Amino acid sequence: MLKRTPLFAAHQKLGAHLVEFGGWEMPLCYSTIIDEHLTVRADAGLFDISHMGEFSVRGSSAVDFLNFVLTNDARKLQPGQGQYTIMCNERGGAIDDLYAYRLDDAEFLLIVNASRIEADFAWLTTQLAAFPGRPEVELKDRSTELAAVAVQGPKVAGFIDQCFPASTQTAAALQKNEIARFNFDGRIVLVSRTGYTGEDGFEIVADAGIVEALWNKLLEAGREAGLKPAGLGARDTLRTEVCYPLYGHELDENTTPLEAGLGYFVALGKGDFMGHEVMARQKAQGTARKLAAFKMAERSAPPRPGYAIWSPGEDANPIGRVASGTQSPSLGIGIGLGFVPPEFSPANTAISIEIRGRRIPAITVARPIYRRS
Amino acid sequence: MSENIPADLKYAKSHEWVRLEGGDATIGISDHAQHELTDVVFVELPVIGRKVAAGEACAVVESVKTASDIYSPLSGEVVAVNSELAKRPELVNSEPYKSGWFFKLKLTQPSEVERLLNAEAYAKQISP
Repeated sequence: MLKRTPLFAAHQKLGAHLVEFGGWEMPLCYSTIIDEHLTVRADAGLFDISHMGEFSVRGSSAVDFLNFVLTNDARKLQPGQGQYTIMCNERGGAIDDLYAYRLDDAEFLLIVNASRIEADFAWLTTQLAAFPGRPEVELKDRSTELAAVAVQGPKVAGFIDQCFPASTQTAAALQKNEIARFNFDGRIVLVSRTGYTGEDGFEIVADAGIVEALWNKLLEAGREAGLKPAGLGARDTLRTEVCYPLYGHELDENTTPLEAGLGYFVALGKGDFMGHEVMARQKAQGTARKLAAFKMAERSAPPRPGYAIWSPGEDANPIGRVASGTQSPSLGIGIGLGFVPPEFSPANTAISIEIRGRRIPAITVARPIYRRS
Repeated sequence: MSENIPADLKYAKSHEWVRLEGGDATIGISDHAQHELTDVVFVELPVIGRKVAAGEACAVVESVKTASDIYSPLSGEVVAVNSELAKRPELVNSEPYKSGWFFKLKLTQPSEVERLLNAEAYAKQISP
């Protein structure tokens, strides 16, 4: 029996094309993937992200604990700020990538991938049991009681505050990565200026019991601006265009953030943390493989995860694998991310992608692959 | 949901449709199939002159979501392909029975047509 979010009935009412995703029954699209993708880039799209996990970490030692288990510097977070960060094992392999928000001096909220909720909570529980400051840390899995939506696109800031007339501050005034409590219909929700699409937007965490009312209010508030519900298909094409990683593709337990090009989010100078030793060595010596973004050089069937990457030309050798790949709705060409030896990773390096038995020329490009002009 | 299944066409279990015109057949994929695939972004068609057997995989349709083989419902020789799909693969989604056609065959075994499904039988097959 597949899991369903509190918005399942809403998806059915909208005629969503439902698919299985990591044990959940989720909307792939409502109209078409490309239409929803382009709508997010031009206007606004509304995503159900209630399947994602939420952990609360509180206490006077919460910041030190999180700073030990996560790669980014949690001490830099003021109350009301969030950061992208990675949770690694002793080998520097990624257990998950996530967002850590500081709601208060001693209160944090972690938003983790749906497919990793159990693995993440088990890891944090084990780490906490061994942590010296553990009496001053309370860890709770709030994933079932909380739900979330993402509303993304250039027009969102213009209508989102219609949802919060009783709040003294406006969501539109939040800076990137900021989070604050807002009053939705008498209930407290958390609104952050974050997203997974490369567009301006917000993510809202709410009690499961009110998320459907929030969803409906957002659809109503955004109607004039062209807001449309958008599914996992568009979510994937949008994030691939801006080269955001997807756990299980660019990151996994055998891949370090440095191999995935995420060194910016690894604060090697902050002191000891889980995976520090391996990553410090990788920073000094380099990694055996690097993540590169690429574009197909000609019209072709789309590159897909798992396809082999080859060096170009006659004496071609297999050199790596596609981690993520798709037809870019914004660019009209195949794009992707793949792991290659370091010498192939600089932008403008010729490679080829093996697509159903034929090697099609491609070229590495700087990230992000798509940028708003 | 209401499916578009024209009564004047024949259908294969694998969701291809056939429009018969004398000894020739035009072939495409059904509205049900294009809806399941979602956005078609690339179509690989057989070369003109290729001889295909009924049930043989002879084309590929790629959507954002997945790649799918297309099986020739009938035996024959490929006499025409829809070159418009190279520029506008989305026609498969928007007009699966008209401008989204894939290829035309000169039939070599017309009696095979009797093995195809009529609209009613195909509707039954795809109903949940």
